[in-house]
Amino acid sequence: MNEQSSKLYGVMAEFATPEELLEAAEKTRAAGFANLNAYTPYPVEGLSEALGLKRTWVPQITLLGGILGGCAGFGLQYWTSVIAYPLNIGGRPLNSWPAFIPVTFETTVLGAATFAVFGMLALNKLPQPYHPVFNVARFAAHASSDRFFLCIEAGKASFDGAGARKFLEGLKPASVAEVLDE
Amino acid sequence: MADSTVVLRPPLIDGNKTFAQVTSDVCSGMEGKPTPLWWASFLTAFSFLLLGGSAIGYLVATGIGTWGANRTIGWAFDITNFVFWIGIGHAGTLISAVLYLLRQRWRTSVNRAAEAMTLFAVMCAGLFPVIHLGRPWMAYWIFPYPNTRGPLWVNFRSPLVWDAFAISTYFTISLVFWYVGLIPDLATVRDRAKEGLRKKLSGIFSLGWNGSTRTWSRYEVVYLLLAGLATPLVLSVHTIVSWDFATSVIPGWHTTIFPPYFVAGAIFSGLAMVLTLMLVARKTMRLEQYITIRHVEVMCKLIIATSGMVGLAYATEFVTALYSGNPYEQFAFLNRAFGPWGWSYGIMVSCNVIIPQLLWSKRIRTNIAIVFVISIFVNIGMWFERFVIIVTSLHRDYLPSSWADYRPTPIEIAILAGTFGLFFSCFLLFCRFLPVIAMAEVKGVLNEGREPAHGHGHAEAAGKRAGLPERVSAMEGVRG
Repeated sequence: MNEQSSKLYGVMAEFATPEELLEAAEKTRAAGFANLNAYTPYPVEGLSEALGLKRTWVPQITLLGGILGGCAGFGLQYWTSVIAYPLNIGGRPLNSWPAFIPVTFETTVLGAATFAVFGMLALNKLPQPYHPVFNVARFAAHASSDRFFLCIEAGKASFDGAGARKFLEGLKPASVAEVLDE
Repeated sequence: MADSTVVLRPPLIDGNKTFAQVTSDVCSGMEGKPTPLWWASFLTAFSFLLLGGSAIGYLVATGIGTWGANRTIGWAFDITNFVFWIGIGHAGTLISAVLYLLRQRWRTSVNRAAEAMTLFAVMCAGLFPVIHLGRPWMAYWIFPYPNTRGPLWVNFRSPLVWDAFAISTYFTISLVFWYVGLIPDLATVRDRAKEGLRKKLSGIFSLGWNGSTRTWSRYEVVYLLLAGLATPLVLSVHTIVSWDFATSVIPGWHTTIFPPYFVAGAIFSGLAMVLTLMLVARKTMRLEQYITIRHVEVMCKLIIATSGMVGLAYATEFVTALYSGNPYEQFAFLNRAFGPWGWSYGIMVSCNVIIPQLLWSKRIRTNIAIVFVISIFVNIGMWFERFVIIVTSLHRDYLPSSWADYRPTPIEIAILAGTFGLFFSCFLLFCRFLPVIAMAEVKGVLNEGREPAHGHGHAEAAGKRAGLPERVSAMEGVRG
């Protein structure tokens, strides 16, 4: 994660409810901390706005996949029916495009969905065999079940770990822990 | 804000669960030893699967002559079963995708199981066209690929080719949708598991999910997009299935009503199957607080609605045929209702249109035993609908000299039983090894209908962001 051999990945606070986390996230951001991330067992409404996260590129990737899938599907049908293997059936046009729509539709959906899912996984850097947050014992036991975590990530070497810890402790969390990277 | 304006809805999940309780309720079912009831059900289902497997082995070794289908009735049990199973699958997509788009948040308790049901039903459905080929090892010829036979390409103007594309796309998307939904829950399973095979496998398949907000926000967008893609897809799949019939020149098949009629019927039959499975699952896995009586009622109402659509389609096609002035069309429908197979038409109408009307009564909707029986009747009725459409339309051809009768052979019945075995074996394995309830989604609706104890700060903040009036924001707030 950090090119500088800093072992501190960030400081993490634990909250019992999503409302407390939301409030803490807003306060932390207002206090000027950059590189915030929150970890929740389910998507909490309003959290990405509270953290000031940017919009995702997934819809554009999906659109691209749909266009590519549709073109590939129609192109395959056009090429096989008009160029590679033209069959004159009752004098009907070789490029009988209305009959090609169903398959074009299916390949469009297939392309869009494949791009959406693989695009999401790639942007999320999944699969990810290791992440430092799992080094925190409370996190590994509760983050995917019933607790809400806010992490101020170190980012640069000049990160003031003690200051961040002190600030988070002021938010009255259930616990605070340093996240150490290997 | 004025507290009196907070509007509470009835809770979606009973029993005032905490987040940790949801996790342990759903996961504990997978972590203990299977119950004797599970073993009994699984072994029964598995023996049906073996029976069907042997029947298919015999069929492939001997030939299609082991079926009762003949020159006149070329499609019979096999395609009936195909359409039946594919229809069952559609309700899973309806619940997971369409209800998601419509923001029906009660779906969270049942969507995982319904999606699994879709997958297994499509597996059963896909089997029939393949074994009907007679030489199933050549099934891949339906797909266009460069080959040494010319190269010879498939006929893209044929609904049967469209069908192959539709079904395989549908299976892929359903699988992906189901898996994407599972990733966060597999992470929960991973974090709970002690060292061992479960930890390893859930670790691999949860892909290192850590629930970070960045991850969730992309995930939610993908989920929404997949729901938006799956919705037209499910309509297209059954539309294309209906074109297999509608593009022919057989009276009783060649009608423009088929696509909407088939889609409505598919969703109707699938809802009945979801209801059947739901009632079994809530009882055997003690999920009564998650799959509440309210869920059962909502499903019953959807069944009434789709039953009405199906009934309207039956009436429309009958009136259209009689009014058409076409003697073949008129004969096909009169023969369907009053001919030698009239009894199956009777079963179809009574199970699909008459019996579901009982669900108008709240007393019946909230009586689990009666609802269960009604859902079984609808399953039977919808199987007969496909049988009626296929066999009664074919058995009286244009030429009376080619009129024929049909009787299923034990092999065909064994294969049908085998698909039920496959379906229930897969479903029971799923209940055993994967979280049957989408924990992450249920946690999101847990607060619905509760006093917003901590919710005010959140609700006000959400309201400010969205610029909503306070009253509305309070409603949104309690949903968490």
